[in-house]
Amino acid sequence: MEFGLDKKHEMARDLFREFAENEAKPLAQETDETEVFPQVTVDKMGKYGFMGIPVPKEYGGQGCDPLTYVMCVEELSKVCATTGVIVSAHTSLCIDPILTYGTEEQKQKYVKPLATGEKLGAFALTEPGAGTDAQGAQTKAVLDGDEWVLNGSKCFITNGKVADVYIVIAITSITEDKRGRKKKNFSAFIVDKDTPGFSFGTKEKKMGIRGSSTYELIFEDARIPKENLLGPEGKGFPIAMHTLDGGRIGIAAQALGIAEGALDRAIEYTKERKQFGRSIAAQQNTQFVLADLATKVEAAQLLVYKAAKAKETQKVYSVEAAKAKLFAAETAMEVTTKVVQLFGGYGYIREYDVERMMRDAKITEIYEGTSEVQRMVISGALLK
Amino acid sequence: MNIVVCIKQVPDTAGGVKFNPDGTLDRASMLAIMNPDDKAGLEAALRIKDANPDTKVTVLTMGLPKADAVLREAMAMGADDAVLVTDRVLGGADTWATSTTIAGALRNLDYDMIITGRQAIDGDTAQVGPQIAEHLGIPVISYAEDIKVEGNTVIVKRQYEDRYHILKAQMPVLVTALSELNEPRYMTPGGIFDAFDKEVTVWGRADLKDVDDSDLGLKGSPTKIAKASDKVPKGAGEKVHLDPTESVAYIMDKFKEKHII
Repeated sequence: MEFGLDKKHEMARDLFREFAENEAKPLAQETDETEVFPQVTVDKMGKYGFMGIPVPKEYGGQGCDPLTYVMCVEELSKVCATTGVIVSAHTSLCIDPILTYGTEEQKQKYVKPLATGEKLGAFALTEPGAGTDAQGAQTKAVLDGDEWVLNGSKCFITNGKVADVYIVIAITSITEDKRGRKKKNFSAFIVDKDTPGFSFGTKEKKMGIRGSSTYELIFEDARIPKENLLGPEGKGFPIAMHTLDGGRIGIAAQALGIAEGALDRAIEYTKERKQFGRSIAAQQNTQFVLADLATKVEAAQLLVYKAAKAKETQKVYSVEAAKAKLFAAETAMEVTTKVVQLFGGYGYIREYDVERMMRDAKITEIYEGTSEVQRMVISGALLK
Repeated sequence: MNIVVCIKQVPDTAGGVKFNPDGTLDRASMLAIMNPDDKAGLEAALRIKDANPDTKVTVLTMGLPKADAVLREAMAMGADDAVLVTDRVLGGADTWATSTTIAGALRNLDYDMIITGRQAIDGDTAQVGPQIAEHLGIPVISYAEDIKVEGNTVIVKRQYEDRYHILKAQMPVLVTALSELNEPRYMTPGGIFDAFDKEVTVWGRADLKDVDDSDLGLKGSPTKIAKASDKVPKGAGEKVHLDPTESVAYIMDKFKEKHII
């Protein structure tokens, strides 16, 4: 059992850290304040291959493993969680399902420009009435000649308006079981941004990750070429669930990065901040809080890296991904909350990064499966 | 064309310099990085390669086996090949022995242009690049702020404190680069993975061409370091209140006392 990184992963971490410090960190506060998508950073990430890290070279990617990708999201999220989720949604939720379920033509056409960063990807499952309960979805696709006609809407879509390629999950048939209960059968589609009938609704104003472009997608008789069906017809639900297993590892890495970033700030700050004639780091309360947080952060990192390794070596990794996301997200929330407390009044001021980190952390307990869903996945495997 | 970029692994002085009790540099406690001027030289070579894809960029370093790290970094940025010159007998080399060694290694390689950094942040001598050119009998253009290739010639903007020269030289030529030359690119994740799949060519004393043992390592180094010490902080100085004539006399006496005049 190996716990250390080998030299190439260490060098990759150095690269991501250097890039994050130089390129993402200086814009993090402004991105949060203005809620403007950090296009400049995304363009640079495309140039240096960050938008296709775990993608094979023949499809324009970097040919690295899931662990390298996870470290990228982690290091970016340490300084800017918005930048971290842009890479995560693009890679795990859009590229990964095309790589896993796409035809050779689909991979050539869509994965290549996505992996090189020429195009940005998004994934659309959630609807106003269908969050955790995907069966509540209403968006439908009906085959008409050589095209699927898509109607409905999707909400809370990360990379919403800025993406070029969308994976959209829609109902393609309704069947009845033996007892007469209706079941919605879903299919997955690759949808281009410029598809007529595809438009954008409102931009969400969020608590955290405010620079990430979160939009409602609207489909009104949007005609999708037949060849853009992703995977077999009727298999959209398992495709979406498998995609989310991978996505959860990305979000776990984002949560881990937020927690690490907040802990780093706390270590710096508590050594400098003086109260009662000595640094607050000299107070035992501070020391014990930091010790507990550092222990949890390391435990989260081990779970996240283990999940990344499972994605590389196992066909099914739902439980590993769920455990990593559950623990990393709850750790991010706990660490940022306690770090704000260590900062006292300054922690509540926007000028200090930890205020933003605490707001950013919350979403990691919610999106791509809430913590409650992760508990369902984990316990489901235990009790089956 | 073939470009060889000579790079050096140096301690990162950005976080402060640490010394051992005997006055030598405490390299173990400092992060090791690619010397900034050398990195700019590598970037210049990679830009020539970007514009002329048939260009081959080889990086070469002399150092301990752990200097392998900067060679991998250079390959992860885009260099094609890497050579590590390492041997116990080469240890303790000053600029003369270093340039002799590197020239001995370069004689095994095909090159149209050799790029070195102007100077390394650990020694700050700026001697090794020009000395290599002298050993190899090729022209040198130092302090390059801009490098252009035109056919068989190179056009370099050479920076001085208050002016610059535009120089044109026929290749083969050696150019020493300033860190102001450019903003070096980042590595790419895939480049890193490739760099660790590639072989680094390792050469020892036996691989050096046309060099004499008496010019190598500590024994071949004419520079003898009597003592190295941390910078001593300046004292507060001495204030005197005298009229102008007396002041001049006072200062002149001090200059004489210190053998300045």
